[in-house]
Amino acid sequence: MGDVEHIPKELKLIDESGVRLDGRRYDELRPIRIEAGVLKKADGSAYIEWGNNKVLAAVYGPREAHPRHLQDPAKALVQCRYNMAPFSVTERKRPGPDRRSVEISKVISEAFASVVFVEQFPRTSVDIFIEVLQADAGTRCAGLTAASVALADAGIPMRDLVTSCASGKIGGVVALDLNKDEDNFGEADCPMAIVPRTGEIVLLQMDGHLTVDEFERAMDLSIVATKGIYELQRDALRRRYSAMAEQAMEAPPPPPIPSELPPPPDMPEDELPEVDDL
Amino acid sequence: MTAEVISELMREHINRLAASGKRSDGRVFDEPRSLTVHKNYIKTAEGSARVQLGNTDVLVGVKIDVGEPYADTPNQGVLTTSAELIPMASPNFESGPPSPTAIELARVVDRGIRETKTVNTEKLCITPKEKVWIMFIDIHALDYDGNLFDAASYGALSALSCAIVPASKIGKADYPLPLEHWPISVTSAKIGSSIVVDPNLDEERIADARLTVTTDENGDVRAMQKGLKGSFNLEEVRGAIRTSQRVGRTLREVIQQG
Repeated sequence: MGDVEHIPKELKLIDESGVRLDGRRYDELRPIRIEAGVLKKADGSAYIEWGNNKVLAAVYGPREAHPRHLQDPAKALVQCRYNMAPFSVTERKRPGPDRRSVEISKVISEAFASVVFVEQFPRTSVDIFIEVLQADAGTRCAGLTAASVALADAGIPMRDLVTSCASGKIGGVVALDLNKDEDNFGEADCPMAIVPRTGEIVLLQMDGHLTVDEFERAMDLSIVATKGIYELQRDALRRRYSAMAEQAMEAPPPPPIPSELPPPPDMPEDELPEVDDL
Repeated sequence: MTAEVISELMREHINRLAASGKRSDGRVFDEPRSLTVHKNYIKTAEGSARVQLGNTDVLVGVKIDVGEPYADTPNQGVLTTSAELIPMASPNFESGPPSPTAIELARVVDRGIRETKTVNTEKLCITPKEKVWIMFIDIHALDYDGNLFDAASYGALSALSCAIVPASKIGKADYPLPLEHWPISVTSAKIGSSIVVDPNLDEERIADARLTVTTDENGDVRAMQKGLKGSFNLEEVRGAIRTSQRVGRTLREVIQQG
């Protein structure tokens, strides 16, 4: 968060009539577009454009957890890796995990852990990969929102989707969904993620300066916004499934089943896949 | 702190106590453990403090050195925070590169200090664009009995509050680090449907969710971090903020006088 005093006088993050630099009002989201099932290899995937953010999410699993000592005999692990492409920011980011991305990966993993039915898949790992291709503030919210769709696309059983959004404070005004300039020169940013059906808050971070009253208003803005984003997530999944259904209708009929199948090869018991098709 | 084993008996015991409004060490829900602060513990550091929060024992050293400013803040000193969870402090800490737990700890402590503008970094400029003072806050956990977040943040604030800028190195007079605010973080843990402040190790191990709220001397919120796999509802978040304000007032005095 930059010091407000350092902003050039002419740069007003929000003007007298309540209009922000990109033309939004205090309670407006940037345009959001979500698409499910965008990658072939991954078990589930999603792409999100959130303002100028472009983020891909992929899910693999449940699969055997590695390293093995991390395996939980009673549950699946939910492991997220949030990563920023070196070209995703103005000044090239050194490739690989840094402290910020390690922390974000941790809080996103934790956000999903209570939503996935982890007890159904002991000793496995559900791996979530979030790749930020183009960043303009709010990438963890965009990534988490996309990852949620990717989890559903992978058929991972969940109590609900998780939906994420941030609010903050710019030029003294509590506002929804800050972009990069607003985040840099604003006074506070507070990302959150919620389970929309139950209202459980599964991710909450904040930095900057908010009075308790301002925090309340920021949370109100975010909670209202997540209701709309939740619909976009569901809609992306609906489109994905109807496309799959159409493909299935158009596909040529499966080849006739040979009357005499060769006997199945003997497979040792412990090599059997632990998890069948989901 | 991965792969910790806690017996089902202990889990049940703490849950049952919590359900009847009690805690395993006899505290009430919103009562932190006693805090002792020993400032200037290390003579080779520009500032230092050893703090004990109950049986959790943390040593924080501040080293201050000349370095280059960041390009976007050419006339401000620099703050960096790291944490080491050394194997001596817990059977579950391993040597090696910092774990995600250690990184999160350092970043949450850093955020509280940075966002509260605790140190006036403009008074740490030597030559704009070229030379500024750099503060290295190093958190060393010595004995881990839960709630490192708060213990480390009290240690960091205490160490900063007694730190001296070694300006004699560049031919000027030493001066105290310009401290302007006193951020206090207070961590609440959710156990079943109860929320306890300053969780001890047993409580922390079975907690569903954790929320660290850092407030300043006006009671305003400066930083927050939710952790662990569970969740909070909005009313619980509000409660944690109120607790942080109230508990923070008392602890701030301990640190200011320590």
